[in-house]
Amino acid sequence: MKRYSALSLFTEGLRGHRGWTPAWRKATPQPGYDAVIVGGGGHGLATAYYLAKNHGVSRVAVLEKGWIGGGNTGRNTTAIRSNYFYPESVALYDLALRLYEGLSQALNYNIMLSQRGMLIAAHTPTQMEICARIANAMQLNGVDGELVGAEEALRRVPLLNRAADARYNCMGGVWQERAGIARHDAVAWGYARAASALGVDIIENCTVTDLLIESGKITGVETDKGSIRAGRVGLAAAGATPGLASMAGIRLPIHTYALQAFVSEPVKPMLDTVLLYLGTGTYVSQSDKGELVFGGGLDRVPTHGQRGNLPAQEAVVSGLLEMFPAFAQLKLLRQWAGVVDVTPDSSPVIGPAGPEGLFLNCGWGTGGFKAIPAGGWLLAHLLATGGHHEISRPFDLDRFARGRLIDEAAGSGIAH
Amino acid sequence: MQIFTCPFCGPRDETEFHFAAEAGKKRPMPAETATDDEWAEYLYMNSASRGKAQEVWLHVTCGEFFLMTRDTVTRDVTAVTPLPGRNA
Repeated sequence: MKRYSALSLFTEGLRGHRGWTPAWRKATPQPGYDAVIVGGGGHGLATAYYLAKNHGVSRVAVLEKGWIGGGNTGRNTTAIRSNYFYPESVALYDLALRLYEGLSQALNYNIMLSQRGMLIAAHTPTQMEICARIANAMQLNGVDGELVGAEEALRRVPLLNRAADARYNCMGGVWQERAGIARHDAVAWGYARAASALGVDIIENCTVTDLLIESGKITGVETDKGSIRAGRVGLAAAGATPGLASMAGIRLPIHTYALQAFVSEPVKPMLDTVLLYLGTGTYVSQSDKGELVFGGGLDRVPTHGQRGNLPAQEAVVSGLLEMFPAFAQLKLLRQWAGVVDVTPDSSPVIGPAGPEGLFLNCGWGTGGFKAIPAGGWLLAHLLATGGHHEISRPFDLDRFARGRLIDEAAGSGIAH
Repeated sequence: MQIFTCPFCGPRDETEFHFAAEAGKKRPMPAETATDDEWAEYLYMNSASRGKAQEVWLHVTCGEFFLMTRDTVTRDVTAVTPLPGRNA
C-alpha cells in the first residue's frame, strides 16, 4: 500500500498525478475463508480491518451486493456523537468516538473528522429538564457534555430563530464538544484500503443468496458468484439483515424504514456546529463545501425501497425553516433515503444468533454511521474469538427474552 | 403523498394511517405458561420481509384497525380488509 502523505501529494503533483494506484484491490472470491462478512458498508469493512489488525485473521472476505459504502454509510448526515443515556450505550458510542478521533492516522486516510460540537436544543421547560438529565447522565458516564442556557445556545448558533412569535424559542440545551461530522465515503474507503492492504478480499456486486448450514454450524454462504466456505460469518447489512437472517430461520426484532436526508445548494459558512432541535426533530450541519446537510425523523411506512415519502420531507423541511427562517431562500440540491433497521429499544443487536459461527451486527436504526468503528471492533472480536467483548455483551439478541432492553428511545429522546 | 384506503372510510392521505404490526402474530395463551422466548417472539420478532407483506394498520382518524396487503419495495397496496370478525 502506497502511503499517503503531504510529500506523496506534492511529488504526485509534480508528476501530474499519474502515479496514484487504486486504493483497494478488486478481488475475486476464493473457495474458502476463515471469516466472511456480508455487507460492505462501514460496519462490514471496519470489521474486516479489525479482524486483520487486532486479531491477525486476514483470510477474510467482505461481500457487498452493490458497491462499498453505497448503502446507509453513504446516505447518512455524517454526524458523530456519544450523547446517550445508559452506561451500556455510552460505553459503545464513546468507543466509536474515541476510535474516530484517531482514525485518520490509524488508516492513513483523511476521514475529515471535524469535532465542531453538537447542540441538542430545547424549547420548553420540560425539554430543558430532559436535557439536564442527559447532560448529567453523560457526565456520570465520563463523557463530555454540559447543559447550556439560551444565551450560550444562541451564541453557538446565532442564526436560530429568535423572533418573539417563533413557534420554538430556544431555551438552551445539551452541548457535546467532541461531537462533529466526518466524510462518510472516506470512512468506507479508508477502511477498505487499510483492510485490503492487510490481505482482506473486498468483493463487490456479489449477492448472498443463502447461508450454508450443516449440523447446526455455519459453513459458508451461497452467492451469485458461487459458494464461499467459511466457519464464521458476520452479517452487517443494516436493512437487508432480516432477509439474510431469515435464511438461517432467524427472526429479528427489527422493522425497516426509510430515513431521508437532504442537501441544499452550497453557501458561505454560517453554521459551525451540528444542531438537533428537539421541537422539530430536524438536525442540520454545514458541510465543508458549504451545503446544508439535514434530516429528521423516519418515514412511518415500513419499506425496503431506498426512497422517501413526501410527508416526511415536508416535516423535515418545515422543521428546518422554523429553526432558520433565512434558509427559505435556499434551493434543495438533492434528497435521498436509506433503509434503516429499527429495534424496539433503539439500540443495536450485536452477538451470535442461530447456527454456531453466525454473528450479527445490525439494528443500528438511524444511528449506525457514528458507531462504525465500534461496530466493526466488536463484530471482529466476536468473529475472531467466538465470544462477546464486554461492551457488546449487553447488546446481545438475548436481551429481548431476558427483558434487559436498553431503551435509548426513552432514555435519550431518539425520535423513533 | 400516497393514498391508502381504509376499509371503513375509503381513500385517505397516508398521514392519517399508522403502522401497527405485522399480521399473523398469535398471543401465547394461557399467558402464565408462556416462556420468555415465546413472549419475546410475540412482542418483538418480525419478518421485515422484502416484497409482499401483510400488516395491521390503524386508520388514526376513525380509530379502526385493519389488514393491509402491500409490497414493501414498490409500496403498491393490493388489498385492504377489516380484521377477521369485523365488517366494513
